[in-house]
Amino acid sequence: MGGKRLSGWFDRRGWSDVLIAAPYIWLLLFFLLPFLIVVGMSVATKTSTAPPFSFGGDYPLINLQGYVRAVSDTLYFRSFITSLVSAGIATVFCLLIGYPMALALTRVSKSWRNILLMLVILPFWTSFLLRVYAWMGLMGKSSWFNVGITKIWNALVPAGWAVDFMPMMHSNFAVVLVMVYTYLPFMILPLYASLERLDPTLDEAALDLGSRPWQVFLDVTLPQSIPGIVAGGMLVFIPAAGELVIPTLVGDAASPMIGRVISDQFSSARDWPMASSIAVVLLVLMVVPAMIYGHFQAKAEGSK
Amino acid sequence: MKRRHTFLLSMLCFGFAFFYIPILSMIVYSFNASRLASVWGGFSTKWYVSLFSNKQVIDALILSLQIAFVSACIATILGTMAGIALARFTKFRGRLLFSGLVTAPLIMPEVITGISSLMFFILMAQWVGWPGQRGFTTVTLAHITFSMVFVTTIVQARMLQSDRSIEEAAMDLGSRPWQVLRDVTLPVIFPAIMSGWLLAFTISLDDVVITSFTTGPGSTTLPLLIWSKVKLGVTPDINALATLMVGTVAIGVLIAGIVMHRAERRRQHDEQMAFRANG
Amino acid sequence: MAAAGEPFLRIENVSKFFGSFQAVKDVSLDVAKGEIFSLLGGSGCGKTTLLRMLAGFEEPSSGKIFLDGRDMTGVPPWSRPVHMMFQSYALFPHMSVEKNIGYGLKHEAMSSQQKADRVREMLELVQLVPYATRKPHQISGGQRQRVALARALARQPKLLLLDEPLAALDKKLRERTQFELMSIQHRTGVTFIVVTHDQEEAMTLSDRIAVMDKGEVRQIGKPGEVYEFPNSRFVADFIGSITSFPVTVVERVSKQLRLSVPALGGDVLARDVPGLVEGQEATLAIRPEKLHISKERPEGANAFQGTVKDLAYFGKDSLYRVVLPSGALVQAHAVNASRGGEATRAADWDDRVWISFDPSSAIVLTE
Repeated sequence: MGGKRLSGWFDRRGWSDVLIAAPYIWLLLFFLLPFLIVVGMSVATKTSTAPPFSFGGDYPLINLQGYVRAVSDTLYFRSFITSLVSAGIATVFCLLIGYPMALALTRVSKSWRNILLMLVILPFWTSFLLRVYAWMGLMGKSSWFNVGITKIWNALVPAGWAVDFMPMMHSNFAVVLVMVYTYLPFMILPLYASLERLDPTLDEAALDLGSRPWQVFLDVTLPQSIPGIVAGGMLVFIPAAGELVIPTLVGDAASPMIGRVISDQFSSARDWPMASSIAVVLLVLMVVPAMIYGHFQAKAEGSK
Repeated sequence: MKRRHTFLLSMLCFGFAFFYIPILSMIVYSFNASRLASVWGGFSTKWYVSLFSNKQVIDALILSLQIAFVSACIATILGTMAGIALARFTKFRGRLLFSGLVTAPLIMPEVITGISSLMFFILMAQWVGWPGQRGFTTVTLAHITFSMVFVTTIVQARMLQSDRSIEEAAMDLGSRPWQVLRDVTLPVIFPAIMSGWLLAFTISLDDVVITSFTTGPGSTTLPLLIWSKVKLGVTPDINALATLMVGTVAIGVLIAGIVMHRAERRRQHDEQMAFRANG
Repeated sequence: MAAAGEPFLRIENVSKFFGSFQAVKDVSLDVAKGEIFSLLGGSGCGKTTLLRMLAGFEEPSSGKIFLDGRDMTGVPPWSRPVHMMFQSYALFPHMSVEKNIGYGLKHEAMSSQQKADRVREMLELVQLVPYATRKPHQISGGQRQRVALARALARQPKLLLLDEPLAALDKKLRERTQFELMSIQHRTGVTFIVVTHDQEEAMTLSDRIAVMDKGEVRQIGKPGEVYEFPNSRFVADFIGSITSFPVTVVERVSKQLRLSVPALGGDVLARDVPGLVEGQEATLAIRPEKLHISKERPEGANAFQGTVKDLAYFGKDSLYRVVLPSGALVQAHAVNASRGGEATRAADWDDRVWISFDPSSAIVLTE
């Protein structure tokens, strides 16, 4: 009887409970709990014990020093600015390069389109680290690329501005360049998806009503691809702003990005509360706006 | 109307040059005889030879593949469950939190995921005595957590596209809901599950940041090994390793492309034959 | 509608190739100002390609198009005084109804007040004033159709192209919209070119029809001409339904032809067709509504006996399928003029009946 009751329960609703519960519990345990630890840690006090934190003691139970320093200390403030500006510039360049590429992909023949799309995705399947590394090879001062750029530069500018090599490595320029390189597919793919859905007869209708091709682009194509631009922009901006690998390998150590600051505070300085405070501020600055936007976007989609 | 897209096509060419010149340069320099990575010193395959005799590299590769395989399999199971649940059950207690938990890892900066996982494992070890030491298990657990949500995204999108009436037909023919899931839903979304697995596998194989926080002594994955070498600068044996990895991926994608192209052609051919048979 | 002097739109020996496929074959036709002219044909007959060449989306491979005396070769779509109502309507989803209607006016040298007035006028014309600020997805299919029409008319085009204007509407709405289109055309005086695959739509809307097949124009004429005097079996078959039999010309008797029709088991008298000679083979086509069905033998020639095999009741009329002794099937429509349902109809299943038709109703075709 018990077995029968159990199988009846399973048929009716147990199967769906299991389906929901397994991934739910997993994410609660391995994602939400660790995240709550970060939030808790951000108001703890640094100690020299192991693990290096405590609540209370000589300090208030909820110690907001980390937050105060995260927003007032020039080092952290500059890191935030560097990160947001670098990620912003990288996003704009991804858009400027990625938009025409995505638009071109919608205009080539079907058979070519699949091959070219595969070529866009291919770098994504190769190691991220190695794509960064590839640029380290190109930017180094004696590489063929740097030598070539230097020659072009020296030929174009007055003699006084001539240089021996281009100081590309270990600069914010290098960080932005490599960000554009590694994140470009993330911009192209959502843009392509939103551009490909557009009805080509709308372009014809606008041409028919007297618009020239560039006006058609501004009036019809661009406004309709805004969801793709926003999606691509978020896919580039958010990971770029928190990037750790790229600034560590090609960035300027004197003006670190915020990802590197968090990592250094955590590992080298062993200041868990400080690292956690910066992390929470970073999340509030970037992730929360993104989630709010996503929520409204989903609502807008639903109302259509 | 024929319109020339000169600007668009030249941007496309520029974009692909931008994508592939660094990779091609890396491949060319992997055959460089000179130790100086950026000066051409003649053709040589010695870096490949030294790579294959480097036990450290081989061990790291094996560890990476093991972690990627195990974490991709578990992430696919959990991610598929979550994807089906979110697509099919529009109302259950805690759905809002659940859908938030499924999106958050996608946009969480890796550094933060890394430090939160590490603090979690350290504190868990202190409070409940588990995990005893960090390594294979902790890295795999962290990889499962952040790759399963990618599987969920793919499966959920596929589920929302699929025709619900075939599930209703199966139920109408006497199947219980979980039998419908097994007999109808899963086979229909199987391609999405496969691409989810592949994505989870790749993400795990590629990860540096989260791995570097959650690993322990003696457990060095291939990306971590590369990371530690690359931090010191450009070396020819990394060029060789990179070439092998790019080559493997390119061949894999090429084979997958050919197989898919063949299947598509076959399907079209079958449809045409069926159409003619009807006509 | 005879054109006075120069035709308003002249299509001269226009052909269009896509690779080696010829979509339009040497089409020539003239359209007068203020006419509603339909291009009628099945899918792939070249009617849409011809329309797209008028709009400027395709250039003819050879031949020329003149509009109001001006050669349109090389004129891009945005410079043509020709606007199109797309089959899918192609409304801009991100713009409101009034923005859609006003879009074409952007390029006009008008004050913003004039533009607003013009949009208002158009909204009134298509009776959409209350919906001005709605987005296309917030209005019904019939309303969308009217927005598309107003948008295309707002810039006062010389020529309005309508691609399957009624195809997306349901049957009731279609009938009403047909009359609306005609009244709007009448009020604005704009020349309409309509592409359609629906012969009823073409018949009711148009002043003249061009029937197209495989890229060629098969016949041009007023709806009545094309229906009553088709010049080929294709046209006769495409517009309305026919029953056709092979015949041989026996002789000419007082402006009539005597034809031998083996399928009917006798001779038939038909209106004379010049050029036919005795002994020549041809086709006899009769429209179902031109056939009379009766239990008694009617007076006059062209009467044959058969058995009712099938009948279908449509309400306003009934369709009879009569088998002749030769085994041939004839279709006849009879109007159900009096109430009383089945009891009052002309014949029943398996009845022996006479079918007959007037010699002037018989169409003799050589193609």
